[in-house]
Amino acid sequence: MKILGIDLGTTNSALAAADDATPAHAVPVAQVIGPGEVAERATLPSFLLLPGELEVPAAQLQLPWSGPMRYAVGEFARERGAGLPHRLVASAKSWLCNPAIDRTAPVLPFRGAQRELERDMADGERVSPVNASARYLAHLRAAWDDAHPDDPASEQDVLVTVPASFDPVARELTAVAAREAGFDRVTLLEEPQAAFYAYLAARGDAWRRELAPGDVVLVCDVGGGTTDFSLIEITDDAGNLVVERIAVGDHILLGGDNMDLALAALVGRELGRPLDALQQRALVHTCRRAKEQLLAGAAPDVLPIAILGRGSRLIGGTLKAEIGRAQAEALLIDGFFPEVEAGARAAQRRAGGLRELGLPYAHDPAVTRHLAEFVARFGRMPSHVLFNGGVMKAPVLAARVVGLLRAWAGRDVRVLEGADPDLAVALGAAHYGQVRRGHGIRIRGGTARAYYIGIESAMPAIPGFAPPIKALCVAPQGLEEGSTVELPDDELGLVVGETQVFRFFAAAARPDGAGPVTGEAGALVDADADGMVELDPVEKLVAADADHTAGQLVPIRLEAHVTEVGTLELWCVARDGRGRWKLEYSVRERA
Amino acid sequence: MSRLFLAFLCFFRVLFGKKLPPGALAFLPETPTPPPRLPASTAPAPAPVKPAAPAAPAGDARPEPPRDDRPRASAAQHHRDGALALLALLQREGRLVDFLQEPLDGFSDADIGAAARDVHRGCRKVLEQHLSLEPVMPGSEEARVAVPAGFDPAEIRLIGEARGEPPFRGTLRHHGWRVVDARLPALADGIDRAVIAPAEVEL
Repeated sequence: MKILGIDLGTTNSALAAADDATPAHAVPVAQVIGPGEVAERATLPSFLLLPGELEVPAAQLQLPWSGPMRYAVGEFARERGAGLPHRLVASAKSWLCNPAIDRTAPVLPFRGAQRELERDMADGERVSPVNASARYLAHLRAAWDDAHPDDPASEQDVLVTVPASFDPVARELTAVAAREAGFDRVTLLEEPQAAFYAYLAARGDAWRRELAPGDVVLVCDVGGGTTDFSLIEITDDAGNLVVERIAVGDHILLGGDNMDLALAALVGRELGRPLDALQQRALVHTCRRAKEQLLAGAAPDVLPIAILGRGSRLIGGTLKAEIGRAQAEALLIDGFFPEVEAGARAAQRRAGGLRELGLPYAHDPAVTRHLAEFVARFGRMPSHVLFNGGVMKAPVLAARVVGLLRAWAGRDVRVLEGADPDLAVALGAAHYGQVRRGHGIRIRGGTARAYYIGIESAMPAIPGFAPPIKALCVAPQGLEEGSTVELPDDELGLVVGETQVFRFFAAAARPDGAGPVTGEAGALVDADADGMVELDPVEKLVAADADHTAGQLVPIRLEAHVTEVGTLELWCVARDGRGRWKLEYSVRERA
Repeated sequence: MSRLFLAFLCFFRVLFGKKLPPGALAFLPETPTPPPRLPASTAPAPAPVKPAAPAAPAGDARPEPPRDDRPRASAAQHHRDGALALLALLQREGRLVDFLQEPLDGFSDADIGAAARDVHRGCRKVLEQHLSLEPVMPGSEEARVAVPAGFDPAEIRLIGEARGEPPFRGTLRHHGWRVVDARLPALADGIDRAVIAPAEVEL
């Protein structure tokens, strides 16, 4: 049986394969690249186009394994979608972990609060973030099946990567999308861990000479749309090296796309005339290339920027501008990777006032400030850094990060050479599939956070004061796949016939022991303690049946189970043994 | 292409799970052609060599099996569609047709240069993504080279008078280009390839 590793990315997805004897290798993905044209590409752009028949005829979207299609994913979806933004789903993954919306409701392409637009576009098909993700995965499955008819993907072990910062709800929804896409044997893996597995696979046994007990590796992953940090520690267990993921950062919507937009805004002012949507997009494309040139250190002092004419008159209609190298470098390097002190903290958006519903983009564009905050929060200075993501391909940015880490730590910080950042996560996921079969070393770590259920304290009601909420630890940090934790009996009950909603919290342990995490199931801590984050609530409606009458209070105890897939399940078990109910994540929008 | 080279190519293609080069198809045992999955075929790649139908003995009254003339007709169609699709690709990615169709009179070299950079970048990307190119003749240009006996005149063009029999010695003026792998898009049927760039109307 083969192993498929899937990097389900915010802007690009990738596929890799391996088996017991063959090392992980990238698998190109056939996709529609032009009207009625299908070709293989190294990655599958994570874009979904849902055009009307008059916009793109179904015959133009057919695939070798399909008839005419009403939608497209991949390169043509991205390119044609530039002219049809109201039909284009982008960044579905960021929507998947956005609690501001119901992620199972058809809300994409997102139209925001514009009622007018909402009415005008009422005819077009819309999908949920889960369904959009499922279509990317289904495309990868179909492309694989078409090229490998003897090894259908549904029968292979499939590893799908998720950001380390994904909460249990977003993980659950990713697993749902994978099942919807027709993958039956799915396991989830954190992306920074996948990048580290890709490093292990690429280095073979040489990593044992590069890393020693006591080393802490920072995985610094800055992609197109997201920034993700993890810490991995190397320890010694009776002479064997042990690799353990000890910390993961928050979900930060900040990446290379922000840099392209910033540069485009700078050039756009220079062009001095308004651009239409497609020209704007061409400008962003051009700026991306200019950025890569600048960051590769290969740029002349003045960079010419040309936006080709929109009409058939190419040269006559070309808009020209120039950007000074110093100006652009100041914007890109010092704007996004400024030199900051170890004590720097990312600026937070001030809560208050009305905000347009949308993706919760990072307020502070400085990746290095987010990094300083991450490193300080976990109190461990990395000795090594492994870069991943397209942005970190730029030597000048990698050097800036390494320089800052050295300054903060007051000692040397070395760079680990990993695999190609575009494919590392998929390759690492495929390698992890081999590790699960016993070939290679496994990263320990389990769940990245401890999880809590909110319990209202029993106290006399006081007008104007909500009763304080205590947080009951239901799943300690570090639960491995397949493990179950039973809580000691507590005074908890479910009321039959009523939807019970429990507030749900998470917190990550800190190596210095500070913070709310005690590491023990059943521990009761303050819900408003520093470091405690509230997630989507969990809920259950226990219907009345032969054993239970409506209104009856059933004494229960809680049970947490990390499935083989890698999702967290919470169960209520009746203490009299007559019933067992799974708590569901409530993905409805939160006020 | 020499058979030895072809054999090597086949070996590595099979090893790495790639399709056989078209030239190898002539050596394959006759097998029923698998049903086409797409109503389209891989574009301008030469149509598989069809074994010639055995000539019916003269005077045989047996009705001929119904011959399907469509494949040959559609092969010509596919060649045309393939060429047009490549042109569409070069226009889409590199605006090549716009560039060639625009009169250059009245533009400064700087203006043309600014646009040409983008045209070059886009067209080059098409080449990189869809074709693997290599020189026909290794060695640096302007160096002395040997033209071996039994060379293929389609691969090596002699300039000037050749005396006697090969091998010849000469100066390599142009190393030539060979497409070693064409990964051209598969084309769906029912689409008018004559439209290499649709008109665009902004609403």
